[in-house]
Amino acid sequence: MTASPTAPVGPTTGPVALAARGVRKSFHGVEVLHGVDFTLHRGEVHGLVGQNGAGKSTLVKILNGVYAGDAGELEINGTPAVVRGRDEAGKRAIAMVFQEFSLITSMSVGQNILLAREPTGRSGLIDDREVRRRAQAALARVGADIDPDRLVEDLPVGSRQLVEIAKAISQDASILILDEPTASLSATEIQSLSQAIRNLTTHGISVVFISHHLNEVVDICDRVTVLRDGNVTLSGPTSEVTLSTMIEAMLGKSLESALAYQARDVDRTGPPLLRVAGLRNSRVHDVSCELWAGEILGVAGLLGSGKSELLRAIFGIDRLDAGTVELRGRPAHIRNPADALRVGIALVPEDRGRAGLVREHSVGHNILMASWTRYARGGFVDDRAANTAAGSFVEQLRIRTQGLQPPVKTLSGGNQQKVVVAKNLSASPRVLLLDDPTVGVDVGSKREILMEVRELAAHGTGVMLVSSELEVLSGLADRVLVMRDHAVRAVLERSAAGDLSEEALSRAVQE
Amino acid sequence: MSDGQSAVVPGRGRLRIPRRLPSGAVVYIGFVGIFLFFAVTLRDNGFLTIDNQLNVLRQTAFVSVMAFGTTFALSAGEIDLSIGQVVALTAMVTAVLLRDMNALVAVPAGLSVGVITGLTNGLLTTKLRVPSFLITLGMGGIIGGLSRWITNLQPVPVLDDNYTFVFGSGNIGPFPTLFVWTIAVLLVAHLVYRKTTFGRQLLATGGNRIAARYSGINTARIRIASLVICSVTASLAGLLYVGRLHSARYTLGETDLLTVIAAAVIGGTSMAGGRGSIMGALLGSLVMGVLNNGLILMGFSITEQDIARGVIIIVAVALSLREAPEG
Ligand SMILES: Nc1ncnc2c1ncn2[C@@H]1O[C@H](COP(=O)(O)OP(=O)(O)OP(=O)(O)O)[C@@H](O)[C@H]1O
Ligand SMILES: [Mg+2]
Repeated sequence: MTASPTAPVGPTTGPVALAARGVRKSFHGVEVLHGVDFTLHRGEVHGLVGQNGAGKSTLVKILNGVYAGDAGELEINGTPAVVRGRDEAGKRAIAMVFQEFSLITSMSVGQNILLAREPTGRSGLIDDREVRRRAQAALARVGADIDPDRLVEDLPVGSRQLVEIAKAISQDASILILDEPTASLSATEIQSLSQAIRNLTTHGISVVFISHHLNEVVDICDRVTVLRDGNVTLSGPTSEVTLSTMIEAMLGKSLESALAYQARDVDRTGPPLLRVAGLRNSRVHDVSCELWAGEILGVAGLLGSGKSELLRAIFGIDRLDAGTVELRGRPAHIRNPADALRVGIALVPEDRGRAGLVREHSVGHNILMASWTRYARGGFVDDRAANTAAGSFVEQLRIRTQGLQPPVKTLSGGNQQKVVVAKNLSASPRVLLLDDPTVGVDVGSKREILMEVRELAAHGTGVMLVSSELEVLSGLADRVLVMRDHAVRAVLERSAAGDLSEEALSRAVQE
Repeated sequence: MSDGQSAVVPGRGRLRIPRRLPSGAVVYIGFVGIFLFFAVTLRDNGFLTIDNQLNVLRQTAFVSVMAFGTTFALSAGEIDLSIGQVVALTAMVTAVLLRDMNALVAVPAGLSVGVITGLTNGLLTTKLRVPSFLITLGMGGIIGGLSRWITNLQPVPVLDDNYTFVFGSGNIGPFPTLFVWTIAVLLVAHLVYRKTTFGRQLLATGGNRIAARYSGINTARIRIASLVICSVTASLAGLLYVGRLHSARYTLGETDLLTVIAAAVIGGTSMAGGRGSIMGALLGSLVMGVLNNGLILMGFSITEQDIARGVIIIVAVALSLREAPEG
């Protein structure tokens, strides 16, 4: 993970597309932005980074008028805009991809991309062929090969992200804001996306790019602004910053990487903890694998290769046509997640909003959702014990929240992800299935989560880890299953240091 | 991240200024407002007399018992539209068995109407994956038909004094047994709803069924249970109606559905599931009871009452939902 030596040279001066000065914002009397200045030049890609809860999403939501700021000035394309409230003209100039998905899952990809802007024929009816054509064009611009007729609910999270971006780009706005667009994408898709972004800037479009992948920010962006606790701590051309100055500006301290592999002893002589044999359904083709206690088994593959589907099949969500799952040599008859959890298998799902959280419920209740029965006597919940447990997870994973009471939807995206992880840890599983657990979490928190995973493995939990980030697999996994077209194509062992390097994994995934 | 921010900060949460009123506040204010309004406008019509107030409370008992059950169903993300017909069928079955046999047979048989209907509603909803809205609508037709068929539309008088004493006509000391039942069901329902693992899993299921399933909650079982609870409270209301009126007829409970759902929603229960309150349901029922009583005392005819009630329910529900968050 080296910073690209040839940081792109875009305009870092010149005409200003958007300028914000002294933006302030409070929620329930707690100020989360303390007078932020932000300048976006025409045709530049401007990275916005900062740890979970720093205020990135809040800032861009004020820029495009979703939230009203409490104070500050805003200028869009040279004309003053309202900070305190919606501004129609300003809004029209800005297209945005939200961190929380905003697609309508029961509709097709094409219908989503052209939602509320459907082309009509002479009769006044929607011209479906034109919808498909325009959707296809928009998807091609982000390098996505997705059938516009497919329903969004059938797509993996990464593809949904590409659809969101295509939708935003197709609005022909002069400013494009992308809030963690790459969180669930793998390297290949990120490549084609950054190409698409580059193309936009040559047409004078300015892009705000929020991401926790700092390498990517250095690669794609011309300029970067770092937020810490609602203050700007660094702003300048990416050619002048390094990864470590960025991290220091984000966290207020430097950080040694948690991602170097630490050799661990996994006893693979005995019988395996988990044995999966001949698993087959429409999305998983005859997969077998074994997982030993204390082992971290990585699963790598491109979008749609069947990684998540494998975890879902083991966890009893997708129906099986054939195959068995054995735990400690005994067949585990898993027909649904309740069965899986009963035998000690937990899953952190990839789609936290839909499958992980009850957004309206409190942080505490979300953390405890999978483990109420543990904190109960005779069916009655022991709230004190339960809250103590939930509180200790909040501290352990450093979830930034005002206590256990606030609804989980008021947390920042990365902190919501940590709540989902906490929920599954609280079930103390023997086998932990992790589907991209570090999506959207900052470098500091990623470290906490990954250390926690190592810690669990050290105590004998078997971990299956799917990640869109190869560096995570490279740093954590003892072995890696490589999946393509819904089947396991290779199992990579770690016999010597460097065997599971990012380059090696990247090659194996693409072959 | 510095440690101070990641840790739970207990003091700060309390200091913040609530943007919306604490949940349930609207019901309290609304209740007091309506009560005062009638107390002033109807002071010469006997609204404030002890007798009239006791009457309101007795009338409220049936609705509140059902509103407790409905709170469970709504919280799980389900709805039961067959409660009115369950009241009627329970009443008919119980009355017939009281006539032909005795209370020891009649009461369990009456309650089993609720259990069986609830189970059927729940199993059909979860196994066929048809929304409970439709299943219970259809079930209402079936049950309603049965309750008319059972005695061929004839009312059945009830002469068993012990039965009528226990179920709704008697007093224990100064307290009508109707109150005792209401309070008992209230306490049990409140405890189950607020303090048990079942209650927590119920709310999770209603809040986001997929996430609840991923958390290992047997959501089908929770949804079935919520519909059984709802139906059983309707059966209990049926038993109480029989005891109170000393007879059963197929029209019992006919007009209760709207009132019960309104009471639950006014009390702070979300139609979308995942949020609710048993105490709120009690208050909502009282609001509906006082409204009904006021309308009668104001001298409206039955049809006028129906119209006024419909309007008031829409207004009241809209007001109580105004504070519901969206963000
Ligand atoms: N609707 C809301 N109500 C209350 N608090 C909120 C709301 N939205 C955001 N916050 C709070 O504001 C702070 C900043 O949140 P924001 O979502 O902007 O963070 P972020 O930098 O985007 O983080 P992440 O990287 O995790 O997405 C957090 O402490 C969050 O809890
Ligand atoms: Mg964010």
